[in-house]
Amino acid sequence: MKDKRIDHAGAAAAFIADAPHLAFHDERLWDMRQKRDAQMHLLPEWQELRTLASQIKEHTLANLPDYLEQFERNATRNGIHVHWARDGAEHNRIVAEILQARGATTLIKSKSMVTEECDMRPYLAARGITVTETDLGERIQQLDDQLPSHIVVPAVHKLTGDVARVFATHYGTDPNADDPRQLAEAQRQAARPVILHADAGMTGANFAVAETGTFVVCTNEGNADLSATVPGVHIATLGIERLVPRMSDLGVFVRMLSRSALGSPITQYTTHFRGPQDGGEMHVILVDNGRSARLGMADFWTSLKCIRCGACMNTCPVYRRSGGLSYGAVYSGPIGAIIDPTFNERKYSTLPFASTLNGSCTNVCPVRIDIHDQLYKWRRVLVDHHQMPFVKREIMHMAGKLMGQPRLYRAAIAGAETALGTLPRFALYSWLNPWGKQRELPHPVEETFHAWYRRTRSGNGTADTGR
Amino acid sequence: MKVGLFVPCYIDAFYPRVGIATLELLERLGQQVDYPLEQTCCGQPMANSGCNSDAAAAEALFVRNFERFDAIVMPSGSCAHHVRDHFDAIPQTDAVRHVRAHTYELVEFLHDVLQVRAFPWAEFPHTVGLHNSCGTLRALRTASMSELGEPPFSKPMDLLSGVRGIRFATPARPDECCGFGGTFSVAEEAVSARMGLDKVRDHHNAGADYIVSADSSCIMHQQGCAERAGIPLRFIHIAEILNGARE
Ligand code: SF4
Repeated sequence: MKDKRIDHAGAAAAFIADAPHLAFHDERLWDMRQKRDAQMHLLPEWQELRTLASQIKEHTLANLPDYLEQFERNATRNGIHVHWARDGAEHNRIVAEILQARGATTLIKSKSMVTEECDMRPYLAARGITVTETDLGERIQQLDDQLPSHIVVPAVHKLTGDVARVFATHYGTDPNADDPRQLAEAQRQAARPVILHADAGMTGANFAVAETGTFVVCTNEGNADLSATVPGVHIATLGIERLVPRMSDLGVFVRMLSRSALGSPITQYTTHFRGPQDGGEMHVILVDNGRSARLGMADFWTSLKCIRCGACMNTCPVYRRSGGLSYGAVYSGPIGAIIDPTFNERKYSTLPFASTLNGSCTNVCPVRIDIHDQLYKWRRVLVDHHQMPFVKREIMHMAGKLMGQPRLYRAAIAGAETALGTLPRFALYSWLNPWGKQRELPHPVEETFHAWYRRTRSGNGTADTGR
Repeated sequence: MKVGLFVPCYIDAFYPRVGIATLELLERLGQQVDYPLEQTCCGQPMANSGCNSDAAAAEALFVRNFERFDAIVMPSGSCAHHVRDHFDAIPQTDAVRHVRAHTYELVEFLHDVLQVRAFPWAEFPHTVGLHNSCGTLRALRTASMSELGEPPFSKPMDLLSGVRGIRFATPARPDECCGFGGTFSVAEEAVSARMGLDKVRDHHNAGADYIVSADSSCIMHQQGCAERAGIPLRFIHIAEILNGARE
């Protein structure tokens, strides 16, 4: 069966109908964008850093097989077990095997978008392994059985009252106690025993360094450090595009990551993992899951430069007003709209159209991904692959024909019953109808510019047509 | 210099006074302007929707109409952006390349080519909020962009500063898209209308009596939102002010 297309417009309309949530969401993310701007102004070399970051990533991606193998060699030398996962299924199987071989039934983990991509939690749950998210926002989303709505702040669409209700259901706390400090404390109390007694820990990784075989995890809550070090078994899972060649490249990215994301100079914790702790073990899973295929796409491969800072989401006026869940995908916002179709073209075919192509995303992206140009190009690809709904496709087809024929065009805008051809008029009108729901139509005018010109400047102008 | 005037379809149909102001203004500035009567559209609506092959007929017609001019001027940033940056549904002949390289949005043409700064006939004793459309701002780059932290500049502001009596209101989010976005305005009605409402509120709260823009499509959308919400703002194209409109 064909997958249903994500109804972004419908989900966004529902999000907008909830005034308090909409206002909070828009303000919160806009505030992050403004803090990012303030940090940018403090670094006169900001644009240079963006160029450098982009060049490092493009170079790495152009030589990815070599750098991956170099990483594998060096990581192995450091005592890290390196695994390769072609797709989500392989990734999940590898994780389960590592855990089952050690009789582990509880796993604590910090935030990792790759594990969301692989839909890992249900897979492990079915095998008797309990996964507990240790990032506060991610834990809230886990308890509420929702995808993260933002790649940096996963529960940003929720108000404190929503969190209180989730905690009341799962932790038995007071549903009306919505003080953020109390809520954080409730989470701390619930998480601490789980962390202390977990059999294994899992993290993502922001960067992996080929020349050293080490990797870096950036968080603000320190939960990744607990997840990695307390249980003794540490599994780090990362997309193959996380690589940078040298340790000295890291500075470029670390300087920009948190500034772009939250507008803070650096994350609270920037931890370099170099190998297993004494008596412990460390695994790294290098996940492809469609990345090699994306690397082969001439117009879209640079989306692999993404460092998952979320700046494009924070600045996106559409994302701020529709909420991440409306994208119906692991990755939402502008970056989601250009990579989701590589996972499932039909299902996510609506997302590149959920944009005004305003270009703000491209301007904030710290690795200079031409996000809005890729949105534009995706539209072409999707239309070529017959992923545009029939009515809209037909309207464009007819409009295109009409615009090539001045005489018919003049007749059509004069209001004559003409050229609209094969498509029933009601289809056209019902497609255009939404304009008037919350907007007035433009005011009628006495005559078009064309008519005025012919009336007042007759004798002037070239080749006369129509009215 | 022979100037060809392109009046985009929605201006032709809904805002003829913008076309008239553009023509009169260019003539006041001594330009010899011709308006080819066979013109329709630049192809943007089809191309922006991904239906690039459906833009071919409009693009071919556009080239036939305008290849004989030294400069092609239009009071629309998004159309100028389409012709200059995306106009590739047809083979790139010399004529096509000539047209693409000589297409100007009105503000750029006045500011960069004619280099006018003074509009002695113009007086506009009102407080205006300037709306830079995303096409003019981020594609044609007629003003500095807040995301880049570049030294501030604004070509439309440079021109409007030559108008007597005009005052400016600065909205809190001057660079935020107003949400028109072509077919986005109907396909994503809820988001589009909300963005429009937020935009007009922002200008209203900043004390603007008018929103002025170089793009009538943004104006059409914002005006529709403001009128429905009962926000007492008025809307005017920059060509009208520069040509001496008083209100
Ligand atoms: S696309 Fe750019 S701005 Fe968006 S999350 Fe990735 S790195 Fe950040």
